[in-house]
Amino acid sequence: MAELQLSVPLGPPRRARPWIKNLFGTPGNALITMFCVLALALLAKIAIGWLLIDAVFTGTPADCKVGSGACWPFLGAKLRYMIFGFYPYEEQWRPFAALLLFLGAALVSMVPRLWSRGLLLAWLVVLIPALYILMAGGVLGLSAVPSSKWGGLPLSFMLSFIGLAAAMPLGIALALARQSDLPAIRVLAISFIEIVRGVPLISLLFLATVMLPLFMPEGVTIDKLLRAQVAIILFAAAYIAEIVRGGLQAVPKGQIEAGNALGLHYWLIMRKIVLPQALKKVIPPLVSLFIGFFQDTTLVTIIGLLDFLDTVRSALRDPDWQGIAVLEGYLFAAFVYFTFSALMGAYSRFLERYYRTTHD
Amino acid sequence: MTLFYDKRFRAWFYQFCAVGIVLIAGWLMFATVSDNLAKQNIATGFGYLDRQAGFIISETTIPYQETDTIGRALLVGIANTVKVSLLAAILGTIIGLLVGIGRMSRNPLLQRLMLSYVEALRNVPLLLYLFLWYAILLVALPPVKEALELAPHVYLSNSGLVLPSLTFEKGAVFLRWAVILGIIAAFFIRRTALHRRVETGQPNHGGLVAFFALVGPVLALVLLGGVAITWEVPEAGRFRITGGLHIRPEFVALLVGLSLSVSASVAEIVRAGIQAINKGQWEAAAALGLQRGRVMRLVILPQALRLMVPPLTNIYLTVFKNSSLAIAIGYPDLVMVSNTVMNQTGQAIETIAIFMAVYLGLSVAISLFMNWYNGRVALTER
Repeated sequence: MAELQLSVPLGPPRRARPWIKNLFGTPGNALITMFCVLALALLAKIAIGWLLIDAVFTGTPADCKVGSGACWPFLGAKLRYMIFGFYPYEEQWRPFAALLLFLGAALVSMVPRLWSRGLLLAWLVVLIPALYILMAGGVLGLSAVPSSKWGGLPLSFMLSFIGLAAAMPLGIALALARQSDLPAIRVLAISFIEIVRGVPLISLLFLATVMLPLFMPEGVTIDKLLRAQVAIILFAAAYIAEIVRGGLQAVPKGQIEAGNALGLHYWLIMRKIVLPQALKKVIPPLVSLFIGFFQDTTLVTIIGLLDFLDTVRSALRDPDWQGIAVLEGYLFAAFVYFTFSALMGAYSRFLERYYRTTHD
Repeated sequence: MTLFYDKRFRAWFYQFCAVGIVLIAGWLMFATVSDNLAKQNIATGFGYLDRQAGFIISETTIPYQETDTIGRALLVGIANTVKVSLLAAILGTIIGLLVGIGRMSRNPLLQRLMLSYVEALRNVPLLLYLFLWYAILLVALPPVKEALELAPHVYLSNSGLVLPSLTFEKGAVFLRWAVILGIIAAFFIRRTALHRRVETGQPNHGGLVAFFALVGPVLALVLLGGVAITWEVPEAGRFRITGGLHIRPEFVALLVGLSLSVSASVAEIVRAGIQAINKGQWEAAAALGLQRGRVMRLVILPQALRLMVPPLTNIYLTVFKNSSLAIAIGYPDLVMVSNTVMNQTGQAIETIAIFMAVYLGLSVAISLFMNWYNGRVALTER
């Protein structure tokens, strides 16, 4: 019997195709590559031309009107207003300090190793009061600044961060209520969650600004900022509840049964056994949710609050600069939102990897 | 006290408390509201829906005049909301499908380009994009006085694109039925042809026949003189262009913004769906000698689409709700019309209740439809 001849030499399968083959391997691929290069070159040409070559770097609004490129003086002149809004000019170091303090503390808190009860306590007892005192003043020799003067980036962070932080306990409670054995409580939780998730955020903001005053007894008025904040908290709570529910469902039933067998009370089982496991699982989706909420707070500009997008827009409408720097303003705002969202997105992916490698 | 340790009693007690608190809070709110409304002389009830609206709506999907009722105005708002969200969902899905497939390409350049597209859209607020597109449209296009005449009687200016519009002298009803008949006939012919092809393995011309069935009835009707059409030609005046079909920049900006945001989300879902398909499917198809493009089109995508339906439902619900951002750039959707109604009548509670109910109702309808569709395409495992 003739020996079996192999026409192809056996060897380990090739692991990766060289990049040159991926770019030009087939005629179709080569065409795609050429097209992409062309598109990128065109984009780069437009961007460089607008941002650098044709741009006006110093001068007055009149200089910008003549030039066809980007108007950098606009950013220089309006930067402080866009970031801090109508906060008194001399006092703007306060929101700046608050912003730095918040971002620094947030950066430290992002390290999973440092998560502890102490950190949570530090936020609640030290950081948040300190931030509030910096913004509002009225004590320690700081002049009082009413919340109607707050605006810009600090306000955007405040609305989204406090919104999510305060919605967290409410969302967990709603998720537990939705899983409850008691039908009346379950129905109440489901109706709240589904109604809030079924309507747009803007309708809740309208509810808060137009209708809430009617719900208040005579003489009681609530600050507009607080009303919007309440609407955002309720909105966030419904979405958090759904995410937490996913985490609760991922905890094996045996854990609850084991708790029951030990004779633990429902609340103890939840607090000590189920929630710690469930919450750990839902941290990455919660970070993604936070990115969404940071972007959704822009909606408060529709009800007339001066968040970052709104201060940018009113800077564009400044009589001196009107119609000159529209693109510049929006692109600057887009750049700021993009930077924060992309960083948070990278953090969310890091957390997912971290959990995959260190847990389970 | 022993009663309190009884599990059943405690369950009842908790529920009683919860419902009680909600009812009391509701009653207190109702009492304060009616008190406040009475003091401010604001009428209550839904009677105001029959009153004359008296305001203009710049874009009407269904016929509307100033003299129509407020209820009719709200209906126009609903129609506008549905129109823009439906179009955005369709456009966004098509773009998203292409981008998602591009993200799975082996070509690293195309892959990165598509990734940056998705990232640029997902990391910047939709509202900012709406303002940006709207601003670009207004800045880039000339004022009405200097409207560009792209073709005879087609004007482009910063108040929008104006086209000649069709009006039917007669036969509008026939035409509608002809179109419906064509669609139904084409659908059944294609299905039978496909069925026969699966049975016999022989290629047939089902697609061509279906196409003729689709256009045939309309063509026949037009050739036989069943319809008479006149063009309504827009006239360029000094300040505005009258007549014709008017596509406004608000609508275009909203449609572009919503479609792009949908496309980014759809692209991510397409990617996840394709990645979820077992690698063996690729290898089996390659072993059969199919090219990579065909593998994607004939083997991978049909299976991946099935997985994508539930997350797509969420995207369509989101775009429907996000269409409410229309108010920021002045497209008269349900929220914007409601806002006008609130300002005119002062009946905020009823108006907000109506638009929240409409959003809830339509959200439920979308969910039900997508669940039905999901049930149809889902793999029935035996």
